[in-house]
Amino acid sequence: MLPAHLRNLARVGAEVTLEVASPATIGATLDALEARYPVLCGTIRDHDTLQRRPFIRYFACQEDLSHQGPDTPLPEAVLTAREPLIVLGAIAGG
Amino acid sequence: MSKVRVLAGTHKGAFILTSDGKRQQWDVSGPHFAGWEVYHLKGSPADPNRIYCAPSTGWHGQVIQRSDDGGKTWEPVGNKFSYEGTPGTHMWYDGTPHPWEFKRVWHIEPSLSDPDKVYAGVEDAAIFESGDGGKNWTELPGLREHDTAKGWQPGAGGMCLHTIVLDPSDPKRIYVAISAAGAFRSDDGGASWKPINRGLHSQYIPDPTAEVGHCVHRIAMHRNRPGVLFMQKHWDVMRSDDAGDNWREVSGNLPTDFGFAIDVHAHEPETIYVVPIKSDSEHFPPEGKLRVFRSRSGGNEWEALTKGLPQSNCFVNVLRDAMAVDTMDDCGIYFGTTGGQVYVSADAGDNWAPIVRDLPPVLSVEVQTLA
Repeated sequence: MLPAHLRNLARVGAEVTLEVASPATIGATLDALEARYPVLCGTIRDHDTLQRRPFIRYFACQEDLSHQGPDTPLPEAVLTAREPLIVLGAIAGG
Repeated sequence: MSKVRVLAGTHKGAFILTSDGKRQQWDVSGPHFAGWEVYHLKGSPADPNRIYCAPSTGWHGQVIQRSDDGGKTWEPVGNKFSYEGTPGTHMWYDGTPHPWEFKRVWHIEPSLSDPDKVYAGVEDAAIFESGDGGKNWTELPGLREHDTAKGWQPGAGGMCLHTIVLDPSDPKRIYVAISAAGAFRSDDGGASWKPINRGLHSQYIPDPTAEVGHCVHRIAMHRNRPGVLFMQKHWDVMRSDDAGDNWREVSGNLPTDFGFAIDVHAHEPETIYVVPIKSDSEHFPPEGKLRVFRSRSGGNEWEALTKGLPQSNCFVNVLRDAMAVDTMDDCGIYFGTTGGQVYVSADAGDNWAPIVRDLPPVLSVEVQTLA
């Protein structure tokens, strides 16, 4: 699930379904997202370091996964598409 | 009849304002990239349908959008701005070394002759170029690697390269300005750079006449006299008659010589415009009167232009990239304010009218004159 600005940028709806090779980690999922929508490169993670941008958060299954490493496996409910991985813009700005 | 297209970058998106040559009735489109901060957008002189735009947000960073149909539709292009090599450090506000970090694009400058070539001035200060319509960006590292760069310090708005001026008579000559490092010139297409700050005097730095460290706000040039430059510095309006090698003050009778924007009449190289701002701590017009000042003598003698502009209780600012001129026979002057107004004068500044009154804070204004 993507925030509004990124939906507009990638010209997609709120939810994007991706096929991610095993092991399906947070990093691999974002790799797959950026491979399908290259315009999102640099808007969620830094181009070079692949570090999460400071005002971006990753939520899934009522858990904040933002501080988990990129090799963290996604929850089973996300892998089976019963729950979304939410990429969220932090509440900030004016 | 010719038309004009005004490109306004704002705090919450871009707006495109179009009119015929009379410049009285306006169509407004936008916001484009709603919610994104658009520091600047500018059309290619070589192909007016091509417009480059630099939206950014705190969440998602920088993107670059390109239109090939005059702003009707847009396509995201490349947004990777990586410094060449190991970037090293500049000086932070407290005097300590601070790593060079890309933050945003402040200014987009399309080539005068090639629609696919475009420059970007960024924070932390560096200049990038693209030769493929904005898909790929490469730094011209000679500027950031200048001997003085380790000592450059940010201005209050960050250490931004906000001004890029291309010499129409010499494709190898480029001018840039950085807050708060000063002005620089390249005579070899951006490979190497020299500071051009001789004659600037800045009381707020330890050595007021230092080679670098001056807070240059904006540089303007008339395309028929590219060796003559006009500068709005933090304080002081300056002029150079030798391509920036030497500057002299031409603030003259201005009510205050602090300000951001400066521009030159399209057909009269000695007619220049500024919008005086009260001070560096009070970014609004003196006495609450929004006045453009015009000099027809290349500086020193200035007249206030007030007809159609608010002359009481006006406390907006006019930012450095928020003034532009068209090339109609009767030269049009345009500027935008942090209060969301974009004003036009279709008679070189004698009379003004708002095109729009209630945009988000205006960060930049450019104008295209279309056949």
